[in-house]
Amino acid sequence: MPTTAPAFSDATASDSALRRFLHGLPGVDAVGLEARAASLGTRSIKTTAKAYAIDLAISMIDLTTLEGADTPGKVRALAAKAVHPDPTDRTTPRTAAVCVYPDMAATAVAALAGSGVKVASVATAFPAGRAALDVKLADVRDAVAAGADEIDMVIDRGAFLSGRYLKVYEEILAVKAECARADGPDARLKVIFETGELSTYDNIRRASWLGMLAGADFIKTSTGKVATNATPANTLLMLEAVRDFRAQTGVQIGVKPAGGIRTSKDAVKFLVLVNETAGEDWLDNHWFRFGASSLLNDLLMQRQKLSTGRYSGPDYVTVD
Amino acid sequence: MSDNRLSVFKTYKLYVGGKFPRSESGRVYEVTAKKSATGEAGTGKWLANAPQSSRKDARDAVVAARKAFGGWSGATAYNRGQVLYRVAEMLEGRKEQFVREVADAEGLSKSKAAAVVDAAIDRWVWYAGWTDKIGQVVGGANPVAGPFFNLSTPEPTGVVTVLAPQESSFLGLVSVIAPVIATGNTAVVVASADSPLPALSLGEVLATSDLPGGVVNILSGNTAEIAAPLASHQDVNAIDLTGADAALAKELEIAAADNLKRVVRPQPVDGGSVDWTADPGTHRLTAFLETKTVWHPTGALGASGSSY
Amino acid sequence: MASAFEYAPAPESRSVVDIAPSYGLFIDGEFTEAADGKVFKTVSPSTEEVLSEVAQAGAADVDRAVKAARKAFEKWSALPGSERAKYLFRIARIIQERSRELAVLETLDNGKPIRETRDADLPLVAAHFFYYAGWADKLDHAGYGANPRPLGVAGQVIPWNFPLLMLAWKIAPALATGNTVVLKPAETTPLSALFFADICRQAGLPKGVVNILPGYGDAGAALVAHEDVNKVAFTGSTAVGKAIARQVAGTDKRVTLELGGKGANIVFDDAPIDQAVEGIVTGIFFNQGQVCCAGSRLLVQESVQDELLDSLKRRLSTLRLGDPLDKNTDIGAINSAEQLARITALAETGEAEGAERWSAPCDLPSSGYWFAPTLFTNVTQAHTIARDEIFGPVLSVLSFRTPDEAVAKANNSQYGLSAGIWTEKGSRILAVANKLRAGVVWANTFNKFDPTSPFGGYKESGFGREGGRHGLEAYLDVR
Repeated sequence: MPTTAPAFSDATASDSALRRFLHGLPGVDAVGLEARAASLGTRSIKTTAKAYAIDLAISMIDLTTLEGADTPGKVRALAAKAVHPDPTDRTTPRTAAVCVYPDMAATAVAALAGSGVKVASVATAFPAGRAALDVKLADVRDAVAAGADEIDMVIDRGAFLSGRYLKVYEEILAVKAECARADGPDARLKVIFETGELSTYDNIRRASWLGMLAGADFIKTSTGKVATNATPANTLLMLEAVRDFRAQTGVQIGVKPAGGIRTSKDAVKFLVLVNETAGEDWLDNHWFRFGASSLLNDLLMQRQKLSTGRYSGPDYVTVD
Repeated sequence: MSDNRLSVFKTYKLYVGGKFPRSESGRVYEVTAKKSATGEAGTGKWLANAPQSSRKDARDAVVAARKAFGGWSGATAYNRGQVLYRVAEMLEGRKEQFVREVADAEGLSKSKAAAVVDAAIDRWVWYAGWTDKIGQVVGGANPVAGPFFNLSTPEPTGVVTVLAPQESSFLGLVSVIAPVIATGNTAVVVASADSPLPALSLGEVLATSDLPGGVVNILSGNTAEIAAPLASHQDVNAIDLTGADAALAKELEIAAADNLKRVVRPQPVDGGSVDWTADPGTHRLTAFLETKTVWHPTGALGASGSSY
Repeated sequence: MASAFEYAPAPESRSVVDIAPSYGLFIDGEFTEAADGKVFKTVSPSTEEVLSEVAQAGAADVDRAVKAARKAFEKWSALPGSERAKYLFRIARIIQERSRELAVLETLDNGKPIRETRDADLPLVAAHFFYYAGWADKLDHAGYGANPRPLGVAGQVIPWNFPLLMLAWKIAPALATGNTVVLKPAETTPLSALFFADICRQAGLPKGVVNILPGYGDAGAALVAHEDVNKVAFTGSTAVGKAIARQVAGTDKRVTLELGGKGANIVFDDAPIDQAVEGIVTGIFFNQGQVCCAGSRLLVQESVQDELLDSLKRRLSTLRLGDPLDKNTDIGAINSAEQLARITALAETGEAEGAERWSAPCDLPSSGYWFAPTLFTNVTQAHTIARDEIFGPVLSVLSFRTPDEAVAKANNSQYGLSAGIWTEKGSRILAVANKLRAGVVWANTFNKFDPTSPFGGYKESGFGREGGRHGLEAYLDVR
């Protein structure tokens, strides 16, 4: 079982130590943070750089369906789309993963076998996370047993907001333990903070460090199920956190903004944030993902525009 | 174009939440032209059927005004100034229409009506300039006797009901709406009962002036009928009684006391009517402002106090 | 910086601006040649390309322009404020409409990045006219008594670092209060002022109310000395400011001076560190550091010095230096060969005096005037680079241990224009701000400007305030 980076082992020794550590992190000035994110949003990405960014963005998508109405048919259709996003152009990169509920993980695994596209499964009583720990862990076990390559867990925001940081930390550790496989590679763990519920940037920075200390492979903004999901500012803040964490521990952690990223323009802005904050080491779908669904079609239309010179339309991309 | 071409009439509608509904009651009333400066309303030609608003229209208008308050009061003063100036620009382009409507509404000659419309446009410009200055004129740092930073700033009071003047259907109307929204309040306006058409047309101008929907809501109809539910409404913060006669004003002021609305009483006039061309001053701006004072310790540089 | 994600060039279109091969002086509503026929060339600092040839004002032209302004003053000052307001609103709107054109022009003539002219200079220029337009009919409410009167003809001399913005700061309050103006732009950046002359014509501004005289220091001196000028407003170096102060001694002329600075940017150990890094970058590298209120001295608490400097260097390595018209450029060209030489010499002095130099790794273009973003560590109060204004992208880093020491060092300067404070503790912000002898103090931000907010210096950074209600005073007869 992975443990806390040695540099910070003291920080997680007790609830009060963890609290002191998290509250000792530098504060975040909201106006300054948002201004920096907006300023990077004015970068103008053209021609070759745009083509590179669009393909990179496609390859970073966790193509997601998380609906009560999901069926094996819907999941298989999504899987097909993930493998061949643009049926008219086989040079189009595949998406990074398909993201589903645990009960759909087996279907997705079967549909994607041999494609290289990963299966990510949300778990831990996603999206609210309001269930007993053993229920959450059973949820994770199901997904891992079904063959999920990646687990997207939610933290206990209630515990976090009431200052019980150690509870959040230990829960992540427990989930991480369930991600281990004796007979193959461990599932990579994405820890979702639901930044819209954490509300403040100071909290998002603290949650980021808490998640990283607990062994998250990825830190992820949100479930896509609340009013405010991924924003340039909260993603920038999390990119700063993984950058600082690697500088201090040597351990690289991925970042996944999810929800609310719908256009190519948005996606490119996020890639600029990655490039100029964490740096090019994160410009790879092993380290950066987009949790999105409708984004893919917009990227495909932009890709068609770049290759044909004319604007595409929604009839020229598939609806799955 | 042929002289005997049949013209197209305009259906006048309310302006609520950025949209143009008819009255939910389905009622309308006849609006007629004043014949001359001394003529009485109702004696001239038929102009249009105006919506006769109900209590429910008033209620809807308050909901729209409340919904718009957060965004409008949170907009920068600079942005609000730009929007108010945009209103002036849009009016300038539709001057002829308003000159015609004001001439009909107030029994004025074309040239006198034109002067009224010019003054109304300039009034938007006047208040456009106030949005980012009123705070500097009525706010400021207070030199309290202690180690504290102490700053007073004006803030909008909220949703304001405005009973527009009955006589001055346009210049008076603009003079009571513009100061309310300049400072970030949102307004529910009850137009002049007999002469509501310039007010309803103003809604069309506001809708195309970058003003967010719901910041100004304009109702036409019987003043007393619409004003009563607004005066007692618990989600209205202030009421300008300019368009009410003395008896109605007293009744509404009593109703307004229920949630301690800020009240602006009708201007007293000795005979004749209010001179809306006079310098408006700042009282209509300050009437709908709250003053917020913030204290914060300044502390000392070091534990032993500063040696500098 | 080599990266997998190389941004392709994204140049703003130059075709939005049409620069004529030659320009005249703008006097009494007309473009005219200089009396002695002199002209000078204005070049693009990023390429050294000649952009245009401009008439060079001399003493005779100054006299002509002041006479035109005097003639126009009578009617202009007698206009109702509400009518003056509408002229200024028109100007503000035309500036908004033509802002992309003006931004490209300013970038060409000045060398600063299009990102700044587009997102900072031009919006502020329009806002400044918009703000003062609103004052023109409200002077009775400004706190200077009833019906305050204008001074007359204002002679205004502005620098090259924010050509159009400094013009706005000078002209907008002057016109709002009923004065007429003769303005001399800097010799390296005359073009945007001449385009502004055209905007005055589009707005229908009466002739003679605004006169623009491109020229050199001699024209500025003649303007300041002209006996029919009632008000002198100058933004530029402290040396010239002192000369002006001597020149107007014993006259009736009112003066406001906005001069040099050596702003201290103070970072405490509880600062929001990532935002502080951005603020330091904005403080000294905005406009290539050619800003009078630049945060050119970084005072950092010793306990966070190493961490902060590491972050700062990493951040500086991402700055993109190059073609100012490229929308992704962060750092543009130095305005002139002369200024580049001055920056270079001061940086060499810093090294010679023992400070440690670090420059961001970046390739400088082969033509034009360029200086890599640079910082000096191990700087003390005794170093020249801690005392003299460099007016370039050079940051001097000093450290401190306690708030008292930070304040003492920050105030230990002949200048007193700006300062920055970075801490999450509110009472420390206010305590430190109280003790700083500087006209503008930014807390957890830097280089913020707004037309409603007064700007100006203490000590040798000049006197008088521009902007806000306070900015009216300089143009009103309030004695």
